[in-house]
Amino acid sequence: MTALTKHMARLKSGPAGENTGLLLMLAVLVMAFSLASPRFLTGANLGSMGFQMPLLGLLTLAMLAPIISGGLNLAIVYTANICGLTLAWTLMQFGGAEAGIGAFLLGGALAVIVGVIAGAIMGAVIAYVGAHPILVSLAMMIFLRGLGEFLTRGGDISGFPEYMRVLGHGTVAGVPVPLILFAVIAFGWHVLLRRTPHGFSVYMTGSNLKATEYAGLNAKRTLVLIYALSGLLCAIAGILMAARFNSVRVGHGEAMLLITVLACFLGGIDPFGGHGRVFPVIIALVILQVLSSGLNLIGANQHLATAVWGLFLIAVMVLRSDQLRLLGKLFFRKDN
Amino acid sequence: MTTAPAERFALRLHKVSKAFGGVQALNAVDFEVRAGEVHCLAGENGCGKSTLIKVVTGVHRPESADLIELFGQPVDRITPVQAREMGVSVIWQDLALFPHMSVAENIAFDDLVGLRPRSVRYGQMKARAAEVLDRLGVRMDLAAPLHSLPIAQRQVVAIARALMNDARLIFMDEPTASLTQSETDRLLDIVRKLSAEGVAIVFVSHRLAEVLEIAERVTVVRDGNLVGVYPTQGMTQARLGELMTGHLIENQVSARDLPDAPVAFQAKGLSRHGEFSDINLTIKAGEVVGLTGLIGAGRTELAHVMMGMRRADSGQMTLNGATYRPTSARAAIEQGMAYVSEDRLSLGLLQKQSIADNTVISVLRKLTTAAGLISETRKADLVAHWIKQMGVKIGLPQDAISTLSGGNQQKVVLAKWLATAPRLLILDSPTVGVDVGARAGIFRIVRQLAEDGLAILLISDEVTEVMHHADRIMHMADGRIVQEYDPRRITVPQLEERIYA
Repeated sequence: MTALTKHMARLKSGPAGENTGLLLMLAVLVMAFSLASPRFLTGANLGSMGFQMPLLGLLTLAMLAPIISGGLNLAIVYTANICGLTLAWTLMQFGGAEAGIGAFLLGGALAVIVGVIAGAIMGAVIAYVGAHPILVSLAMMIFLRGLGEFLTRGGDISGFPEYMRVLGHGTVAGVPVPLILFAVIAFGWHVLLRRTPHGFSVYMTGSNLKATEYAGLNAKRTLVLIYALSGLLCAIAGILMAARFNSVRVGHGEAMLLITVLACFLGGIDPFGGHGRVFPVIIALVILQVLSSGLNLIGANQHLATAVWGLFLIAVMVLRSDQLRLLGKLFFRKDN
Repeated sequence: MTTAPAERFALRLHKVSKAFGGVQALNAVDFEVRAGEVHCLAGENGCGKSTLIKVVTGVHRPESADLIELFGQPVDRITPVQAREMGVSVIWQDLALFPHMSVAENIAFDDLVGLRPRSVRYGQMKARAAEVLDRLGVRMDLAAPLHSLPIAQRQVVAIARALMNDARLIFMDEPTASLTQSETDRLLDIVRKLSAEGVAIVFVSHRLAEVLEIAERVTVVRDGNLVGVYPTQGMTQARLGELMTGHLIENQVSARDLPDAPVAFQAKGLSRHGEFSDINLTIKAGEVVGLTGLIGAGRTELAHVMMGMRRADSGQMTLNGATYRPTSARAAIEQGMAYVSEDRLSLGLLQKQSIADNTVISVLRKLTTAAGLISETRKADLVAHWIKQMGVKIGLPQDAISTLSGGNQQKVVLAKWLATAPRLLILDSPTVGVDVGARAGIFRIVRQLAEDGLAILLISDEVTEVMHHADRIMHMADGRIVQEYDPRRITVPQLEERIYA
């Protein structure tokens, strides 16, 4: 009896249950779309999904860690833009489309530095000034946008070397390069959050900063570091964006900001911090991608896909709510 | 409202049973409260006290009951709303008040919320709230937001709110758990006043001294069964503890002399402006030093300075003979300090996180492999070791810590600190919200640690606690250590008199 209830509790509270629900959802969607459109389960469609998802995926990971730490990073897209600009300028200095691989590496390194600095500044203000993460990252977002628009006069920079196409459009053994990049980073992110002392500290800080400090962990340094790492992922996303679109413009990918938040919550991240895992969020991303590609294939308007995403999230929240569980109890007459 | 005819009983329950799943929470329990009586409901955590209250207030429906009678009227099926209308109120430990609303709004809350929206008349509301507070003999700023008040005053607001609903039977769940002695005394005065006015009060408390002081009769429940109903006249704490737990709890002075033990910690002339001054304190290895006194005496502030959470203005500290000048909690912990905070809910533990994570948080470094990753095996081993060592009753290590009882939570806090192999352990009010049986368990652990050579500073409001578990007692008042006592040469009443004089 008790062994059974314990087992049930594990299923319900553990990540396994969460994953099962999401995987089930994914399976139903894939089945529905492949019935509705014969083109859904083709290499071409899967390939295009594999090229589209990683960018949103990287930004979602950049959003996820700050949320677990009890905050939010609203500046992800503009951090990515500024990092992309850094790369673009470096390439321009070395001849634009003729720039060598060395210039690309230098530009990439500079982009990463810029991303990390932007993140670390946010983290430091949040940790040491005690300002609310929403306000701090919103301020950073507006600052970066204004700075970027001022420097580019609102235009875009394009014309990058040919080899950058490999990063954005290439495949290795049929698998899109961006997808490989995303898989590697997502795995690293998972290890960082779940297996390192720093990741442990992120979860603890997210559930109670004061108690974490009382226990002897450096919660403030944890915050600075996690925002800096979030900035690092933004930089990688920015570089990927430049490679995919062969141009950089401030405001590129702006619409993705709120979708990343949506993907995090769909993936079961606690909006108040302290709980959440990488894997369910990735399933959530795939679900969103399947929805959008599938609707596209059956001829629905792209804007409708966005609307469906929103409805879908509301449905998931309702399904997860305690009230629904109470309702279920009522039906099964389990007085408690 | 016209005066109701005086009933003999405010509440009568006969043979009430309630089960949850396979657990019999209440097994044919009788419970009677006379009108105007102060009655204590005693028992360990999980003995069925809360279930009993919830049956009376209509939250739970019993499986079987021979009789449920409120104020002389048999009630068959009662809903929480009906219970409130009949004059039953419960003041839960968390008070269920609204932190951002004013005192007046909190008191008049149930009056404000009707079925239909209507305009709020603040003038009238304030007048009524003032009237109720007057009845309690309390003065308070009616416009102050509730969160700006200390817990003791919030408690009074909760009582006032119950009175506003014409409560004639009030259940108080652990009302004094977070109060100091003088605040408790004031609360007990209010309880007596209400009782004199004919309001019956059922008091649930782990503090046996208080139970015996305030209640006329006590009903003891153990594992869902009624143990008995006893008059408090002639009852002793030891006897009551025995009835509650089913075994005798030793509470004797256990002070020892440690002439040869080396000094573990020493403070000389330690001062911090506005908090404490000129503190001289020596703790030997293996010694338990009790620190007691009224709240505001600077005890917790001193502990914070010892833990590096605040800086002293002047004075020196040494730890194991070396100069000790911690700049942060981290630095203090690295040098062998450990601090069990008085605020277990928000500082001692991370309530949302698992039992396992709460146990290992202080010793992450011990779990890290050469690759910089946390070893899951080492983590599981460490958690299993400490859960066994401390005798913590848990379901699964990955369950949230908030699922444990207060006593078990406190054992996890102890485990977390002992895992760091500290040299000095500061226990700040370690038994707040912990029941009698679990208290004994915690002090058994503390005693064993002292025997093994750990230096311990035991900070407590409860005089009996320091009397029974400390080797020496320091009395702190107004930021100074005013006197040192040997528990063997003073009695509890004598010490109480000096502290509360």
